[in-house]
Amino acid sequence: MTQSLLHQILDYANRADPYPIYEELRKTPVHHEEDGPYVVGTYYEIRSLLHDPRISSDARNLASTARDPLAESAQEGSALPPSFLRLDPPEHDRLRRMTNRPFGPPHSPHRVDGMRGELRDIVAGLIDGIGDPGRIDLVEEFSYPFPVTVICRLLGVPREDEARFHTWADTIAASLDPDPDADPTERGKESHEARMQLGMYLAGLIEERRKKPGDDMLSELATAKGPDGAMTTMELLSTAALLLIAGHETTVNLVTNGMLTLLRNPDVLQRLRADPRLAVPVVEELLRFEPPVQLVPQRTPLADIEIHGVTIPKGASLWLVLASGNRDPQRFENPDRFDPDRRDIQHLGLGSGIHSCFGAPLARLEAQLALAELARRLENPRLLEDPPPYRQNAVLRGPRHLPIACDGIRP
Amino acid sequence: MNGDASLEQLRREGRVVIVGASLAGLRAAETLREKGFAGSLTMIGDEPYEPYDRPPLSKQVLLGMAGADRTALPRRRALDATWRLGVPATGLDMAAGRVRLADGDEVPYDRLLIATGVRARPWPHAAEAELDGVFVLRTRDDGAALARRLAERPKRVLVIGAGFTGSEIASACRERGLAVTVAERAAAPLVGALGGVVGAVAAELQREHGVDLRCGVMVTALEGDATGRVRAAHLSDGSSVETDVVIVSLGATRNTEWLAGSGLGAGPRGIACDAGCRAFDIRGIVTDDIYVAGDVARSPHALFGYQFLSLEHWGNAVSQAETAAHNMLSASSDRLPHLWMPAFWSSQFGVNIKSVGVPTLGTEIVVSQGSLADRRFVGVYGYQGRVIGAVAFDHARWLPFYQELIETTVPFPPPFPTVDRRPEGRRPVDADFPDPSVPTHGPTVTLSGYSPADRRMTFTPAH
Repeated sequence: MTQSLLHQILDYANRADPYPIYEELRKTPVHHEEDGPYVVGTYYEIRSLLHDPRISSDARNLASTARDPLAESAQEGSALPPSFLRLDPPEHDRLRRMTNRPFGPPHSPHRVDGMRGELRDIVAGLIDGIGDPGRIDLVEEFSYPFPVTVICRLLGVPREDEARFHTWADTIAASLDPDPDADPTERGKESHEARMQLGMYLAGLIEERRKKPGDDMLSELATAKGPDGAMTTMELLSTAALLLIAGHETTVNLVTNGMLTLLRNPDVLQRLRADPRLAVPVVEELLRFEPPVQLVPQRTPLADIEIHGVTIPKGASLWLVLASGNRDPQRFENPDRFDPDRRDIQHLGLGSGIHSCFGAPLARLEAQLALAELARRLENPRLLEDPPPYRQNAVLRGPRHLPIACDGIRP
Repeated sequence: MNGDASLEQLRREGRVVIVGASLAGLRAAETLREKGFAGSLTMIGDEPYEPYDRPPLSKQVLLGMAGADRTALPRRRALDATWRLGVPATGLDMAAGRVRLADGDEVPYDRLLIATGVRARPWPHAAEAELDGVFVLRTRDDGAALARRLAERPKRVLVIGAGFTGSEIASACRERGLAVTVAERAAAPLVGALGGVVGAVAAELQREHGVDLRCGVMVTALEGDATGRVRAAHLSDGSSVETDVVIVSLGATRNTEWLAGSGLGAGPRGIACDAGCRAFDIRGIVTDDIYVAGDVARSPHALFGYQFLSLEHWGNAVSQAETAAHNMLSASSDRLPHLWMPAFWSSQFGVNIKSVGVPTLGTEIVVSQGSLADRRFVGVYGYQGRVIGAVAFDHARWLPFYQELIETTVPFPPPFPTVDRRPEGRRPVDADFPDPSVPTHGPTVTLSGYSPADRRMTFTPAH
């Protein structure tokens, strides 16, 4: 083997199937190449590190000498303060707590479930709008627009502005997924422009909602009167941007990976068609089998820590490869088998610990409804390309297009 | 008949009797069936109800969010069992392998699991305990009766004892907008389980939520009116509290009386068993056919100096039941030890409290994350230079890390920095546990010494 493991993980040629590389990775508890990040790929070690209070998510604790080939794409050109994804307690806790207040239990136990009908309508509308059933790009026509619309409704973006919102989101998402053929300066400018416009738009919307609040999440965040008070406009912008970006690409990939996996496992697809309740275990297994976030690249120890005799020095860049942990045979029987009947399914697909996926309940529901409905309505669906073309991004991994065909679309 | 053949016969047509039809009993029964036990299964319970969940009784049920009759435990699988509900077991004949029931029946067994749990310790003065308006909270009926009374909006509720149950009851009453007085013999709530440093936080929390908290006092008498309704309580500091509802929350008593004279190592501390859940007899010899699980069990734990621990924890009941069920059907080389890490949770005054390990063993505490003043923190307990327990207030997601520290016997104070370490987290302080010989409401973990047949403990009510 001539290429280093790290290089192979990042190499686009391996995007369609990174799992053999992860198998290599798991042979050492901590993989480290000169100057590079410390990479951990075994289940129990990842789980421990996700709960370890010696590990920081705050980039300010990263030593300036730490080299991370993924660092540049993280948050380029953003004038916003770091979102709670990149903060440690107590700031992380405060912002996440405030964001959760209008989103989940105990204060808003019905927010996500209350969106069920709306999600169904969006799914139905997108499937109705599919053009030629002989050649569908599931990403373009379904997975991509779906979560953006959902986030618009969640935040309370007026319907007439949704189209603009989609355009900005597309541009920003593209910047997270550098196309090697495009001009980087041009793309950087476009993405910066889109962030600015989105920020200005949201700032205006926040102002409006402060004056005339609705029952949407942005209104509640802008007018919060809980024990933590209300967020500043900057904090609110940062949080809204986080919800948009973190909730978008991940859901696109979850739904697309889901359909791809189902089409590769037609018996499961058939069962799901017959019984939409299977969507719940299907999505859980999917989060294990093809997690939308393959690795967490932004952690660093506050002190030297030792794992199985390897010292990860303070300030080093630390990667936790969730997708590898999910395939660890020490933890899961037949880990490379897609098996929705698996009962022991404590996967790492949504992370764990204080940074575990904020939008998890919404993402699960989105994917469950989408996959159940696609299974029900697409007649005799099949893959036109396998593997499909993937995005560049090694972290938020998923197909760029998913060309499929079907015989027709059931009402 | 060799061992394998007799085990095979046991699995195929043996008779398993489970005394105690609550969480531990149910989970053990389900595990037996899951492991292929095809013989007869008898479930004996003194309450008339199928297994139900107790944690909601002091929370959702008192808040009126769910009826006490809606607490049935979810079933993992069909059991195909004979249920003898509402009929307490009254005796055990170890030689004959029979359980005696209150209705005179005798049920023979090849393997017996005892999961009779605990009951609420009653108010020590029987006549006062009989007054209308005096409650304890342990069972579904207790929960239903108390919830009904709270819905009548009493003018004031008095909770005697500020352990976890008492504090949760006080919290629910405040959430319902009822005036509450809490009387606690120790210096603060929760001290028996978490020590005085954390207890002080719990005290602030109660006062901030409008509880009239009186610590360092005992209730000396309950007074009724002419119709037999409680109307006041008299306290050791000379004061009295006018109240129409009194909830006695003084911890639990182990249900072992029915085993008196059976020869089993059962007493007020519980039933001693080995790490494989097999009960000891009174001579300190382990039995082959009698197993114990749940609150009534006390068993040695390797991580805590092999002391016998009694754990009144939900998760312990489940784990110990599963281990007991496995071992009942296994050859000695296949048996598993019950090495569950003690852990419990409570929810009160809007705060999620969670703990791992054995805080009660701790002599010192250091706040490793967050701050006591914010009431969001992790407190780590140290004992003889190692980490022995941890408690989290609204910080539960970190606890798996501290569990690993306990499992790997990491030195105390933990010698490394953590996120959100405040100045107060630089130095350990005395954890301030009360003298364990002074009974309070009782901690949820009890260290009960080394002797498998210890029957000598007597509880002397303070009142």
